[in-house]
Formats: sequence, structure tokens, C-alpha cells
Amino acid sequence: MISIQTEDFDPAAEYQRLRDSGAGTGAIATFTGLVRDSGDLSNVQGLYLEHYPGMTEQVIERLVAEASSRWDVRQARVIHRVGRLALQDQIVFVGVCSAHRSDAFAACQFLMDALKTSAPFWKKEITASGEHWVEQKSSDVARNDAWK
Amino acid sequence: MTANTITILFFARLREELDTEQLTLPAEPGLTTGAILASLAERGGAWAQLQGKQPVMIAVNQAMAKLSTEVRAGDEVAFFPPVTGG
Repeated sequence: MISIQTEDFDPAAEYQRLRDSGAGTGAIATFTGLVRDSGDLSNVQGLYLEHYPGMTEQVIERLVAEASSRWDVRQARVIHRVGRLALQDQIVFVGVCSAHRSDAFAACQFLMDALKTSAPFWKKEITASGEHWVEQKSSDVARNDAWK
Repeated sequence: MTANTITILFFARLREELDTEQLTLPAEPGLTTGAILASLAERGGAWAQLQGKQPVMIAVNQAMAKLSTEVRAGDEVAFFPPVTGG
């Protein structure tokens, strides 16, 4: 299941839903991303996240399908927030149920790496002195390319 | 949306710098996303960056596309900077 939302989420509740969801689940890997105080700029006070409604969901659906074809994925949950976010706010959640840890870890990391370089989200950093659209990092692209 | 037009969307930095969220262009036979970018770049000013050094990502009907992708009446074309979510 995929959710794009402005409101916050509860990782504990998401974990419990994953735990309750699937037969054969022996492992659950989850990742939660938070707003950092330094990105392209230092002294970041918050973020604004924009997305392309419709396309975002389709891209993530395809990534989940790809993960499911490569690893044992019993259930996957992706939540990504948009709009105005403050420091330390939760931005993104990925949770994967699998029979074994290696598949759960791999699918979870693949989903995060692929989402960062192919889902149409854009971050703008907000500082005391102004705003700045974040540039795509070559290290993120390299990380995603490593899965190909 | 009328049947013989194409909807163009801009996101993030491009949307702000072009001061344009959406525009409508007439559909023409054989039109490609690359040709649309070239004609928009001719408007000059901030629009020139559509053919500049900074990469412009392209989607047609919400799927990633290339400069050579053909565009038909009723299509939704989006131009945006490289993505930075997660």
C-alpha cells in the first residue's frame, strides 16, 4: 500500500499492521527518514516537499512490483509526506515483510534508493536567509544504479 | 480538455522560475517532447533554460519519456528537474 500525505504517520502502528498482515512473514524491515538540519545548505529550518500527483503513486507501485519480482516480499508499505515539514519531522516510511531478513533488508533498501531517484518528489530547503531547491546528488544516483 | 490540445505541466524549480504551473498547446502531427521544449525555449528569459545545461526530465501521461517521444492530442506532458524525494 502506498500513501502520499501531508499528515504525519506512526511507525509503530505501521509495523503492527505489517506484522498482522501476512502469512509466512519471518522478518520485517522498516526505514523511517527524518528532516535533517543540513542538506545542500547549513542551518536548514525546514523543508517544503512538492510532488506530481498520480505519477508519484504509479512510479512507487512499479518499484514495489519490481522489488516483489526480485525478492520474497509478502507485504510492502510506503508512506511519503509532502508539503511543509519541520526539522526532525518524519518524511518517509518504507516497511517490507518477508520470510527472511536478507530479502526484507534488500527490498527495503532498494525501495528507498529507487524512490529517491525516480519518484517525482522535489525538496526545497528553507533557511533563515532564503529558500533553495535541493539538487539531485550523484551519490544517490550511483546508489540506485548499483541495483541494476 | 479539448480534444486537439496538449496539456503541459511544470514542477518545482521550473514551475517557480517559469512562473507557470500549466499551459495548453495545440496538438500537431509528429510533435515530440523535444520539439515542445525547443519552441518553449525560444520564448527567451527563464524559458531558455529548457534547452540549457541543466537537465530537464520529461514525462508523458505520467510515465518517464525521452526527447523523441511523440505527443498526441489529449496527452499530458510534464517537465521537471531531477527528483529529490526520500
